[in-house]
Amino acid sequence: MKQSVDWTIEGLSEIDQAIARLAKEKYHLDTYPNQIEIINAEQMITVYSSSGLPLNYPHWSFGKQFLQVEKLYQRGQMGLAYELVINSNPCITYLMEENTPVMQTLVIAHACYGHNAFFKGNYLFKAWTDADAIVDYMLFAKRYIHCCEEKYGQERVESLIDACHAIINQGVDKYRRPPKLSLHEESERQAEREAYIQSQINTLWRTLPQKNKPSREPDQFPLEPEENFLYFFEKNAPLLESWEREIVRIIRKISQYFYPQRQTKVMNEGWATFWHYTLIHDLYRSGIVDDAFMLEFYHHHTNVIYQLPYNSPYFYGINPYTLGFSIFKDIRRICESPTKEDRQWFPDFAGKDWLETIHFAMKNFKDESFIAQFLSPALIRELKLFNIIDDQSKPYFEVNAIHNDEGYRKIREALSQQYDLSIQEPNIQIYRVNRRGDRSLTIRYTPHAKRPLDTDTLDQVIKHIHALWGFQVKIEEVQEDGSVQVIKQCP
Amino acid sequence: MSRFIDRRSQNRHQSVVNRQRFIQRFKKQIQKSVSQAIGKRSIQDLNRGEDIQIPKKDLSEPKFRFGLGGIRQMILPGNKAFVPGDHIKRPDQSNTQGAGSSSGNHTEGSEDDFVFQLNNEEFLNIFFDDLALPNLVKTQIKKNKQQELVRAGVSSVGNPANIHVVHSLRNALSRRIASGQSLRKKLASLEALLKIEQLKKPKNTIQIDSLKKEIEVLKKRIKKIPFIDPTDLKYKVKVLESKPTNQAVMFCLMDVSGSMDEQKKELAKKFFILLYLFLRKNYQTIDLIFIRHHTTAKEVNEQDFFYSRETGGTVVSSALELMSHIIKTRYNNEDWNIYGAQASDGDNWNNDSPKCRDILIHEIMPYTQYFAYIEIMPRSHQSLWELYLEIKKKYPHFAMQTIHNPQDIYLALRALFKKSIGTTQARPQA
Repeated sequence: MKQSVDWTIEGLSEIDQAIARLAKEKYHLDTYPNQIEIINAEQMITVYSSSGLPLNYPHWSFGKQFLQVEKLYQRGQMGLAYELVINSNPCITYLMEENTPVMQTLVIAHACYGHNAFFKGNYLFKAWTDADAIVDYMLFAKRYIHCCEEKYGQERVESLIDACHAIINQGVDKYRRPPKLSLHEESERQAEREAYIQSQINTLWRTLPQKNKPSREPDQFPLEPEENFLYFFEKNAPLLESWEREIVRIIRKISQYFYPQRQTKVMNEGWATFWHYTLIHDLYRSGIVDDAFMLEFYHHHTNVIYQLPYNSPYFYGINPYTLGFSIFKDIRRICESPTKEDRQWFPDFAGKDWLETIHFAMKNFKDESFIAQFLSPALIRELKLFNIIDDQSKPYFEVNAIHNDEGYRKIREALSQQYDLSIQEPNIQIYRVNRRGDRSLTIRYTPHAKRPLDTDTLDQVIKHIHALWGFQVKIEEVQEDGSVQVIKQCP
Repeated sequence: MSRFIDRRSQNRHQSVVNRQRFIQRFKKQIQKSVSQAIGKRSIQDLNRGEDIQIPKKDLSEPKFRFGLGGIRQMILPGNKAFVPGDHIKRPDQSNTQGAGSSSGNHTEGSEDDFVFQLNNEEFLNIFFDDLALPNLVKTQIKKNKQQELVRAGVSSVGNPANIHVVHSLRNALSRRIASGQSLRKKLASLEALLKIEQLKKPKNTIQIDSLKKEIEVLKKRIKKIPFIDPTDLKYKVKVLESKPTNQAVMFCLMDVSGSMDEQKKELAKKFFILLYLFLRKNYQTIDLIFIRHHTTAKEVNEQDFFYSRETGGTVVSSALELMSHIIKTRYNNEDWNIYGAQASDGDNWNNDSPKCRDILIHEIMPYTQYFAYIEIMPRSHQSLWELYLEIKKKYPHFAMQTIHNPQDIYLALRALFKKSIGTTQARPQA
């Protein structure tokens, strides 16, 4: 690609073909077909603020997000993403119009071949999302919610969505694999489902006692504690109407769609960064791009993977691009020129084919297990990682491990946990419904490492849950001695 | 093979819906901000939006999350000098949160307010909602001034549809006359010569022939002068002109005696603004005259009008006298449309009220288009109200209203808006 101020669609199309050839033939990247859309800043902010989906139902919180991003952008306090990519088939990538030609090339390599291959290959995405159906499903969701607003009033729909948003992070079956979603079946089965669910609910809440039969039902309901709140309310909330159940379901489905992304931030970005880095160097070696191109490319690339040190005033945590990119690059190094240490730590793949190894890593891991498996001592030394213990009962932080022989495993384990959603998010489950009495719902919080729930937000969340359930809601916390104490109830 | 789509010209303003939703949702807070903004602004300063601040906690989206406390581990990059067992002093609480934002944990940075820009239309909408204006009125005064194409002479540039035929032909004619003038003179003299030659005997045939030839050439040249030339063309010019082009003067009269507190003044200000908006719609230029009074009246600027405080009793007639005086000296009734707006809490010296009535009836009402009087939160109506009722009977363009909240303001001006809507509807569309 010629170094010039402006790109053209023809130029981009040409470079895209060169990258596609390399990606497929040399590196065996298996991707969905690409649909690359050029958009302007306003459109980018729009997609950005409706949680990264090209179609979404209208809601005030997206408007709030939009206003916030727009203001930051207009005042120059925030740059916009250069691209945004949707896990769909064909894979939709949005490119910003004001990107330079170099930027566009980088972004095409990054998103259209990196992220795209990740969406298609990673096991979590395969299990949890259906790329063929998401755009159709969102279309269905948007239409359905629009219809509900017309029928039942915007206010009712909005407060229902508010309530669902409050527990959107409790909307995934972590251990069950969900059925695929599709527009066709969704609409077809929806009416059927409405009738069926309603009849189920009626059975559950039947008030006439069955006299002759001794009750064989166990008193405990649900039988097992339920972590998927949205699912539980969709199926069991006594007072919801069928259209309300459908909306709860829609939000659960969307939450589920994003679940793999929340668990693969480091891997996904690292993988895409690794590929734009590798592919663009290949373009350079084959003379398709020149020195000037590479200078600008390095400028952008190093910006993306810059890691601020912990004591910088702008430090905001570990940069997932840096960590992911470094690990993938490190895997390649361990395969191509392993040291003695590497052979000792990674006997499985040190010295093996690197391409095969990173494909394996991409397909079969999520952030937590990826770090636990592939973070090497060499990389810990390079990033100078250290672990601190923050015990609120003490007036200081304690340094627990640094980049030395005693520290490597501790650091690896702690960093892996840092990406483990079951540790990073409070462990909250629906525990019990009082079916015989006042129909009250009990939610149990089991603390990990003595961390309490934030009581300010708890007040509001419990109100939202109460709105969904319709009867009293209690939240209890398991104490250190194993006893249980109610920490909040509504009303 | 990838597919490229240029979306830049499509799907614009998709987020408008969500923006509207947001504004709807936080209407109360926004309304409060708008109210405050109105309080700070000048009456005429209504052509811009406003930065709205909403406390962050009001628009939080609550989720289950951890509070402070317990034990956490953090992996941090860039170790320089720490070894295991080192203790690091805990930074103050706000910093702890910043440092703890690892792994994308969302922590509240600061409790800053959420700020966003309301555009002008949204700003006015909120203001109108506050006043409970009927929709027809809202759209009517929100629209920009009506503009009309008015003929404004001719020009040498324009498009063919606007050619001014008479002007163009007249130009062509004069050009033809002007540019053929010397030729025709010459022709005339040659023809005269030819006549002389033809009368001469013997005839000088050579001379005659050459003269004839010359005449021939000249005639051809005259004929070749174009009938119409691009330079002749004239075009009609039309310019946009605001309609109607009249001017108006608006008198704002307010009682600033001790009993008028800030809240009352705020209501009064809204009343003046609404009248101003109406006038802005209907007149090209508007003069604003501010007269405040307690026992004596004074013409002041807007700043002093709303913000400076005075105490003392109340003599309403002083203001009316001043208004009448200003009308006589500065605003010739033939050239100006005069509007009066008076705000007071109803206090007046009892023996002054009849005087007010007389001034209004004889010196003000005959000259004004509309006079609105609002009494803000009176304890009970006093003599002024009773006497003003008499004026109302006499003049239909006198309006009076008791105001308890912003929604009542419109009632005072209702007749005015009704009339204007009525006339715009009745007027055939040109």
